[in-house]
Amino acid sequence: MIVSVNGDSQEVMENASVADLLQLLELNAAHVAVEVNRELIPREQHQQYRLSAGDQLEIVTLVGGG
Amino acid sequence: MSTELDVSTNDWLQIGSHRLDSRLIVGTGKYDTYELMADSLRESATHCITVAVRRERLYDQHGQNILDYIDLNRYILLPNTAGCYNVEDAVRTARLGREILRGLENSGADWVKLEVLGDSKTLLPDPIATLKATEQLVEEGFQVLCYTTDDPIVARQLKNAGATAVMPAGSPIGSGQGILNPNNIRICMEYLKADDPNYPVIVDAGVGTASDVAEAMELGVDGVLLNTAIAHAKDPVRMSHAMRLACEAGRSAYLSGRIPKRLYATASSPEDGVIGGARPR
Repeated sequence: MIVSVNGDSQEVMENASVADLLQLLELNAAHVAVEVNRELIPREQHQQYRLSAGDQLEIVTLVGGG
Repeated sequence: MSTELDVSTNDWLQIGSHRLDSRLIVGTGKYDTYELMADSLRESATHCITVAVRRERLYDQHGQNILDYIDLNRYILLPNTAGCYNVEDAVRTARLGREILRGLENSGADWVKLEVLGDSKTLLPDPIATLKATEQLVEEGFQVLCYTTDDPIVARQLKNAGATAVMPAGSPIGSGQGILNPNNIRICMEYLKADDPNYPVIVDAGVGTASDVAEAMELGVDGVLLNTAIAHAKDPVRMSHAMRLACEAGRSAYLSGRIPKRLYATASSPEDGVIGGARPR
């Protein structure tokens, strides 16, 4: 199925969890925070939270700023 | 008899639940390299550094993350909502920042530097949106440090809305113009500290060089937040050192109580006992 990640289309397995997606993208889960459809998904729920086709995800990290 | 005076001892900066050993808060943006950033932060002796929250670069990342260059045991991170132009984006960004910092087990997870901008040319804050976002974030349990203009009325409203600290700009972000209206900063302090002398007022933005930091601290503000003046100096590490000294100098001068300005001279040497004795009139 297709979801949107940071505005780009991303193919993921049916029923993939947030944790599965982070693994697929080779992201360090400790360095990111994830929103699905504008709702923050806390780290503790990354394993259980199942994505649906068309979900809009934002994956953010910290960068330099003032 | 001589006594060593260590002004840094027992002069920490309390902002909400956080106790900072330095009155400089330093940004992590715009350095040429992460190594230069890390060296500059160390040289500034800051205890608190700001960070921004941005989309992860999924396809062209070089494997470097700023977190690999930040000692999380040394610094309290202060996540910002820079780049947000409305209440919803600012609140979402604050929540995301909190989520990352919780995962890092950094104590900065419970606070946020709130920026809600009104205009991309001036980067001046939208005061109405800033006020609304402050109310909402306070409701959600954040300690909110508000970037705002030097308008004393807005400053008072932000405090009344529950802001943990109010941070008036000296001049526009990154402009290096210093403190354009010291009288407004004075009035902000008078209003915010009237019944609450320890309420933190931080000058945030506008610093161009060390004397700007000293001037702000001499006005009696509790701290200074700066980024570009260090990151874009020709020698950022050396400028960090200058900022540290200026902050300490300005703070000491403020605590010492400066002499009043006078129109005419007052001699430092005794007026009596001068040989000759003829004086022009």
